Amino acid sequence: MSIIAPCLATLCSLLGDAASADPQIAYEPVIDAAPVAPPVAPPAPPAPPAPAAMERALAPLAGASALGDAGLRLGRAELFKGGKLLLTNGVATAEGSSGGGLARWATIGGRQMPGGIGASLHATAIELADYGWRSYGVLVGVGDRLELSYARADFDTRKVGVLLGIGEGYAFNLDTFGAKLRLAGDLVYGAAAMPQIAIGIEHKRSRDGALVRALGAAAASGTDVTLSATKLLLGHSLLANATLRYTKANELGLLGFGAAGAGHELHLEGSLAYQLSRRAVVGTEYRSKPDNLGLSEDDWIDLFAAYALTRHLTVTAAYVDLGAIATIPGQRGGFLSAQVAF
Amino acid sequence: MLLVTCAAALMLLQQAPAEGTDWDAEFGIAAKERDPLTGEFPVAPYEQSNANAGAAPYASGALVAAFGGREGIVRIAARTVELSEADPRIAAIFASHDMVRLKRTLGEQLCYLIGAGCDYTGRDMRSAHADMGLTKADLNALVENLQAAMREAGVPFAAQNRLLAKLAPMAREVVTR
Ligand code: HEM
Repeated sequence: MSIIAPCLATLCSLLGDAASADPQIAYEPVIDAAPVAPPVAPPAPPAPPAPAAMERALAPLAGASALGDAGLRLGRAELFKGGKLLLTNGVATAEGSSGGGLARWATIGGRQMPGGIGASLHATAIELADYGWRSYGVLVGVGDRLELSYARADFDTRKVGVLLGIGEGYAFNLDTFGAKLRLAGDLVYGAAAMPQIAIGIEHKRSRDGALVRALGAAAASGTDVTLSATKLLLGHSLLANATLRYTKANELGLLGFGAAGAGHELHLEGSLAYQLSRRAVVGTEYRSKPDNLGLSEDDWIDLFAAYALTRHLTVTAAYVDLGAIATIPGQRGGFLSAQVAF
Repeated sequence: MLLVTCAAALMLLQQAPAEGTDWDAEFGIAAKERDPLTGEFPVAPYEQSNANAGAAPYASGALVAAFGGREGIVRIAARTVELSEADPRIAAIFASHDMVRLKRTLGEQLCYLIGAGCDYTGRDMRSAHADMGLTKADLNALVENLQAAMREAGVPFAAQNRLLAKLAPMAREVVTR
């Protein structure tokens, strides 16, 4: 006994020294904690020229896919680990929120699952009879709970700018800051009668304050409040969405907010889409809008098709009928949008 | 020097266990034997009922045909389990369970729900998945594997979704985390 005690003491102190001298010894404090994600693979080397044009076009995403599937850890949250079923993150709306192109949905953008953080980027172009729309934006999704988004829209009046007296090619610019919170329900799972329900806001700021006031708008910025319910009715392969929007935005806010004597009104956005496959969905949307400025602002409709080329890349093409914009009727045309999500 | 003495002393104090110790018996673990006929491990007794399948069945001959009849359905169930066992996202959850039984009971469940005239003899969804700590991400992975199995079997997408429509409400019983 007398020999063992000092022995153990020596061993312990040796071990102790070793441990304190070498801070690089890693250990996992909790046995069943999820393993630490391996370090992210270095970006893939530039892909050699691939034969198929499609492959070549998607090649730059290969590195991103590796990142997306391996995931990173940020404190207790999984970053970019993904996990959502294809298309269940929706596609970017004109205002940068997750939805169906024109209508906001109750979906949360990004590919993350509960406990994860995801993100997406998008770019959208709409070519109308007389106008051109370009928008792009970024979105962060937190679990299946919260979505924060920002989008910038540039609306080019082209030749019509002369007619409107603002100069050829004058562009209206709009910033939209969005937030959406899922209150209850699940898009896919749970009772068919219980949709995913979310509330949200969209705070918009026109960058053309003086001009939109001259057009009669009461303000250059405004905030929409939305309440959305969205459900994938698997038995019919149908996705149904309804959103109530409390808004005073003129043409989404491009032409400012409200007017003398015209404040917030309640408007409806509806979407109905049919799932052709895991990757493909076709649908139609309707969005009612106020006409505060008396410029015969119309409700919007679209027919859209969305396709998930990969887990991360979704493209949306649509035919849109936006009616009259700033008194110029017949604004129909094509809508094309690409979204990359992690 | 001190270290060597210590090590030697510690080694001398070790007592080797007797050869051929039956560790299972030592720790009170009863050996489970696969049933020679079915190849399944026995499970704790439970009440059998088609209600355990978790939903009412369809009554559509066309749907059954879309899945390739009973044989088709049973193959899809087995393939779903195989894909899941090989799926790094969820393989670990399946590793410690009886896959012979799961292939049979999942086949029965799908066959019953699609309306191909099987009886479901397994446990209800809540007790079958209790203590597994399943997440929605695990469920999505399983759904993708089931979709892959149905795709391989040539089941039209709308028919695939009709089956998923029966399973989706069960998420509440299966996902506990
Ligand atoms: C709605 C979705 C699901 C359905 C309809 C379902 C169906 C079933 C059925 C019928 C059984 C057999 C019960 C029995 O043998 O008595 C079972 C057991 C099992 N399930 Fe699921 N399951 C679902 C989700 C999941 C998920 C997401 C996982 C894991 C990723 C999973 C893993 C297992 C395992 C490991 C067993 C074996 C349990 C045991 O041997 O004790 N299941 N499931």
